[in-house]
Amino acid sequence: MAIWVNKATRVICQGITGNHGAFHSARCIEYGTNFVGGVTPGKGGQVFDKDPAGNVIKRPDGTEARVPIFNTVAEAVDAVGVDASMIFVPPALAADAILEAADAGVRLVVTITEGIPVMDMVRVRKLLREKYPHVRLIGPNCPGIITPGECKIGIMPGHIHKPGSIGIVSRSGTLTYEAVHQVTALGLGQSTCVGIGGDPVNGTNFIDVLRAFNADPKTEGVIMIGEIGGSAEEEAARWISQNMHKPVAAFIAGRTAPPGKRMGHAGAIISGGKGTAAEKMKVLRDCGITVAESPADLAKAVTEAMKAAAAHK
Amino acid sequence: MKIHESQAKESLRKYGAPLLKGRVAYSVAEAVEVAREIGSKVCVVKAQIHAGGRGKGGGVKLARSHDEVRAHAEKILGMQLVTHQTGPEGKKVNQLLIEEGCDIDHEYYLAAVLDRDSGRVCVMGCYDGGMDIEEVAARTPGKIIKEFFDPADGLQGFQARRLALKIGIPARLVNKGASLIQAVARCFVEQDASLLEINPLVTTKDGNVLALDAKMTFDDNAIYRHVDVEAYRDLTEEVPAETEAKKYDLSYIKLDGNIGCMVNGAGLAMATMDIIKLHGGQPANFLDVGGGASKERVTAAFKIILTDPSVKAVLINIFGGIMKCDVIAEGVIAAAREIKLKIPVVARLEGTNVEKGRKLLDESGLGIQSAKDLTDAAKKVVAAAR
Repeated sequence: MAIWVNKATRVICQGITGNHGAFHSARCIEYGTNFVGGVTPGKGGQVFDKDPAGNVIKRPDGTEARVPIFNTVAEAVDAVGVDASMIFVPPALAADAILEAADAGVRLVVTITEGIPVMDMVRVRKLLREKYPHVRLIGPNCPGIITPGECKIGIMPGHIHKPGSIGIVSRSGTLTYEAVHQVTALGLGQSTCVGIGGDPVNGTNFIDVLRAFNADPKTEGVIMIGEIGGSAEEEAARWISQNMHKPVAAFIAGRTAPPGKRMGHAGAIISGGKGTAAEKMKVLRDCGITVAESPADLAKAVTEAMKAAAAHK
Repeated sequence: MKIHESQAKESLRKYGAPLLKGRVAYSVAEAVEVAREIGSKVCVVKAQIHAGGRGKGGGVKLARSHDEVRAHAEKILGMQLVTHQTGPEGKKVNQLLIEEGCDIDHEYYLAAVLDRDSGRVCVMGCYDGGMDIEEVAARTPGKIIKEFFDPADGLQGFQARRLALKIGIPARLVNKGASLIQAVARCFVEQDASLLEINPLVTTKDGNVLALDAKMTFDDNAIYRHVDVEAYRDLTEEVPAETEAKKYDLSYIKLDGNIGCMVNGAGLAMATMDIIKLHGGQPANFLDVGGGASKERVTAAFKIILTDPSVKAVLINIFGGIMKCDVIAEGVIAAAREIKLKIPVVARLEGTNVEKGRKLLDESGLGIQSAKDLTDAAKKVVAAAR
């Protein structure tokens, strides 16, 4: 078990012939993801079998991958069956790509693309809610989702992960890798890691992921990584205190960030005095959640939270 | 991206928002010329800088004659205007907005922003305009009235009227108020704004509802589809190093400390600043060097960090991920050689071939110290900056 993706998940990439799409599709296939196709309008009928450097792509069992390319997501769904799509389409066309996947019946849409106009995401989120309520969108502007040893959909380095019992959810990419690395170093491993992305309007939020970890028998503890801007962490904290029966440790990036400045991520901004790290950390602690002071202590914090929970029982 | 008041008003005018007559002037003579054009008895001379609080700082003056327009323009043009948003060094005034005067009856507050949680646009208003809205929100949140709408649907007329009445615009002016509110809502959505603030919105003695001031910022991700907005960019208002960084697709923000930071990923970059502070140091900047961390990008990043003379040491924190640490180390060494680095550098690399990467750094003879983990890196760089 794990959440949302596993060995059986049939994955395609929209934008598979672009530089980033091709590079990361190759890495996903090498990791062992059940990669069944790609979509690039106008290139249907071609085969994806080499990464941008011209290297042959090999699956973990040593066989060479030959992935069919389709003109539309609907064609891919009909021909090979698709559970999840990884989107690498450029920002101006990404909203359309998300809706195409949803309309074709893909249940999980993982959008890696950074730089999508926020009004486009507002429109997409409304349409998903009204017309495609069964579709889960992860991202945009995120590293993706991985269930170690089974399925990697995204740009995270696969080799730092290890199958295990810690669920990780984060608004940041490399900070997630930091958490994964620390957890792996402690010998614990991860159940599933989900990057929900750094944009102000996204598809999946902290609570969606926490709810899934709560129901997943394999997940024993959770690391939640937030950052300045918005109030998603505060809402998650309140949800945790009322619903979560597994230990959660949190970290909030941006205690030193000045107000009114966008810290790299479109959503990482303290505006109108709201969304500060101090405020988020306070609400998290008030809700009984272990908060790591240092980004070097992410794994340590979750093990402490787990020990405290065990002692409590 | 921020723009000037005069530019925000130009945008609003396209949506039929009622505004006073006025135009930008870049010289004293032009200021007087604009005042003549307007032809009103009373004029307002307003400094155009990308910061609020201009009135309190002496950047907004009432003129009762053309001579007074000249006198105010002479004083304000070229001054270093200091407000609570500019920092103590202030901002140089390069342009003025000359506008006709009006007889104000009452000042209200109005703004459109994105509500992140609901994914809708929020239009908010308040009876108390012309003051710091953050203070009002903190002291008396009940005074702020909100209406929400989906951009695809737009703000409905009844919502605009309801908001106008609730913030206390007199009933006889409700339609004028509502039409201004709807213009603000449409402008916000169609221009891909991230903030559109009218502070104050005023009712006048002669029965008009006007946008007296306007502040607008844009979603940087959407500027590609607004050619006219890109033309509004005023580079004199932006931090030069931040503009330079954008050319290399690096995300850089200058801070007040003395430890330069070069990190891949925005979240890790913030966390790196935080851990420096946690160990007693002060970060000099935020810098996301991106996923690649190639020699070219590291070189550009070094150059930008070192434009800040207060930087005494640099911390490089790269989580290698898909790139191998020895390749990153080679990039860092080549960049350090190219720019003839003089200050201490601590590098923490993590990922594949990490030992090889550390060895390369330690043996480079460039005074680059490798760190074994985040905490070690923070401690070393804080010590090096002392």
